[in-house]
Amino acid sequence: MNRKQKKTLIRILIAAALLIALHFIPLQGEGLRWVKLLCYLVPYGIIGYDVLLKAGKGIRNRQPFDECFLMAVATIGALAMGILKSGDYVEAVAVMLFYQIGELFQSVAVGKSRRSISELMDIRPDYANLVTEAGTEKVDPDEVEIGSIIQVAPGEKVPIDGTVVEGHSTLNTAALTGESLPRSVKPGEDVLSGFVNMTGVLKVQTTREFGESTASKILNMVENASSLKSRSEAFISRFARVYTPVVCYAALALAVLGPVIRLVMGMSPDWMDWLMRALTFLVISCPCALVISIPLSFFAGIGGASSAGVLVKGSNYLEALASTRTVVFDKTGTMTEGVFEVAGVHHATVPTDELIEMAAYAECFSSHPISESLRRAYGKEIDENRVRDVQEISGKGVQAIVDGRQVAVGNEKLMQALGVLYEECRSIGTVVHVAVDGAYCGHILIADRVKPHAAEAITALKRRGVTRTVMLTGDRPEAAEQVARDLGISEVHAGLLPQDKVSMVEKLLNEKSRKDVLAFVGDGINDAPVLTRADVGIAMGALGSDAAIEAADIVLMDDDPLKIAKAIGIARKCMRIVRENIIFAIGVKLICLLLGAMGVAGMWLAIFADVGVMVLAVLNAIRALRVKNL
Amino acid sequence: MKKTYKIDVDCANCANKMEVAANSTAGVKQATVNFMTLKMVVEFDEGADPKSVMPAVLNACKKVEDDCEIFF
Repeated sequence: MNRKQKKTLIRILIAAALLIALHFIPLQGEGLRWVKLLCYLVPYGIIGYDVLLKAGKGIRNRQPFDECFLMAVATIGALAMGILKSGDYVEAVAVMLFYQIGELFQSVAVGKSRRSISELMDIRPDYANLVTEAGTEKVDPDEVEIGSIIQVAPGEKVPIDGTVVEGHSTLNTAALTGESLPRSVKPGEDVLSGFVNMTGVLKVQTTREFGESTASKILNMVENASSLKSRSEAFISRFARVYTPVVCYAALALAVLGPVIRLVMGMSPDWMDWLMRALTFLVISCPCALVISIPLSFFAGIGGASSAGVLVKGSNYLEALASTRTVVFDKTGTMTEGVFEVAGVHHATVPTDELIEMAAYAECFSSHPISESLRRAYGKEIDENRVRDVQEISGKGVQAIVDGRQVAVGNEKLMQALGVLYEECRSIGTVVHVAVDGAYCGHILIADRVKPHAAEAITALKRRGVTRTVMLTGDRPEAAEQVARDLGISEVHAGLLPQDKVSMVEKLLNEKSRKDVLAFVGDGINDAPVLTRADVGIAMGALGSDAAIEAADIVLMDDDPLKIAKAIGIARKCMRIVRENIIFAIGVKLICLLLGAMGVAGMWLAIFADVGVMVLAVLNAIRALRVKNL
Repeated sequence: MKKTYKIDVDCANCANKMEVAANSTAGVKQATVNFMTLKMVVEFDEGADPKSVMPAVLNACKKVEDDCEIFF
């Protein structure tokens, strides 16, 4: 609690104590009438002076319809009723007391969720240990130039993106990715700001300025998320603007028309009774429960999502994501690793290991991705002395002498040119034939590997009510269809150029109904136009890729496709809470207004309609923070 | 030009009122107030000077909600 809240708490305690004490002091009788009023004015003043002051200022500024004014009118009205009729002043003090308790609770709850959400996003580094000739120096990360060496001790955050030059360590990436498994790094590997160093001291050469580093970019994005408001939030602000004046005029009408109608009908007017009903109306008219709980729900939802490694750029995207029915995927890098790997060895006349060894050696001087994947599959250090006379045959492959034997590695054209009889491959992928000393030794199939959770992710999406899954790719149709079949994606469009992807997404946007939302998921590298065109653009594995963070509406920090379904789950939960709060708050208020107008509900129920509803709505909103089991 | 300011305000409805007040101030193209992060993002009209617009924004906000502060 801050000072202001503590002060309010003390005022509440004193006023409550006085109220209870007064209850036991006998102040009955005609002579003590004014003494009693004075006695009750003491706790009333203690608890309500600021409200009365603010109400006065509101009137002076011609802004009468604020809650302080409503509370002031309602309580002064109740006091007046006490003087004129009942001699009971408890109601007026109690209304003010409960109003203040509600305000205090709201302020504490909001402050608390504000803090817990900012702690979740606490990736801002406060300092950097700059390595200088004299040792290390603690400096503002803003002052560190590109190419400087900084030191990161265990327990510290990596302040700036860079490359490890010295030391081994494991890093906790949970703040950025939501992934709890630590990542180990060694010299030559990149580290991103926001990672927390856990075990060893690292020396890092910075590759970016602080402002351009991942942590700064992400913080900037999350902090600006607020400027894009959802339809629900806009609805609530508009509603609040209309609601309060309408209820106030209704209260006035109730106070005047009620008795007048009774007079016309020949009954006693009961002015006091109708005035009381009007005052009850005023207490209910405060829109705070609504106005606080909706943005708070979204805020908690966005906070919860970011703790799971899903960054949402605005509550409008969270809202849209919840009604996603069509999900369009990019293939390479999204559903597949985007890295080529040896997927199999077929028709081998020599042991598999030996075949891969031959191929890796023959291709050892090439930097082509296929050659790299062969070397990765071989997995051992290449001894370049074993290879000589390497001859690249453009568009066909490589010939070289490995261990004194003539090895030819390449496609069908190479085999045909050498006059070697080869076996066709029926699987999908790139085929590398190997011939040793003019004899066919088999072929190696190299394919892009499907991500481990990809199939599971599609099933999870379907379970979440996504009715149409579409894959777009620039790849060959056979390869694309194979992947789609494996994953259970119903629709594939292959052989697309980047601009074809945009027009395909436009076509899909036209085909869906207006209410449904189309989400596009890409790896963000060359999908920027499609990400912007879709209703919701989701970029995956965006850690370190600025273009994706810029273009996407929702960013998945790691590249696990399961997070798409999780993000939709978080959005659904958040929207459910938002709807619950809207219906609950408006519903209870309307019922209380009705009961108040009929004279069934008194001031006490009105206080519940105001404070109680708000407390419950705030507690409900905070639920959106919990996203673990979605 | 778009600038972000830290604000201080106690209730969510007051934040809404500040937003309306800021939006109707001359020189402000669009303003959004986020109660949860206590920030006001102001997009200024072409050629408007934030230094002269912001006091007017604060003034307008003070009128609708006495108990508010904008740090600029």
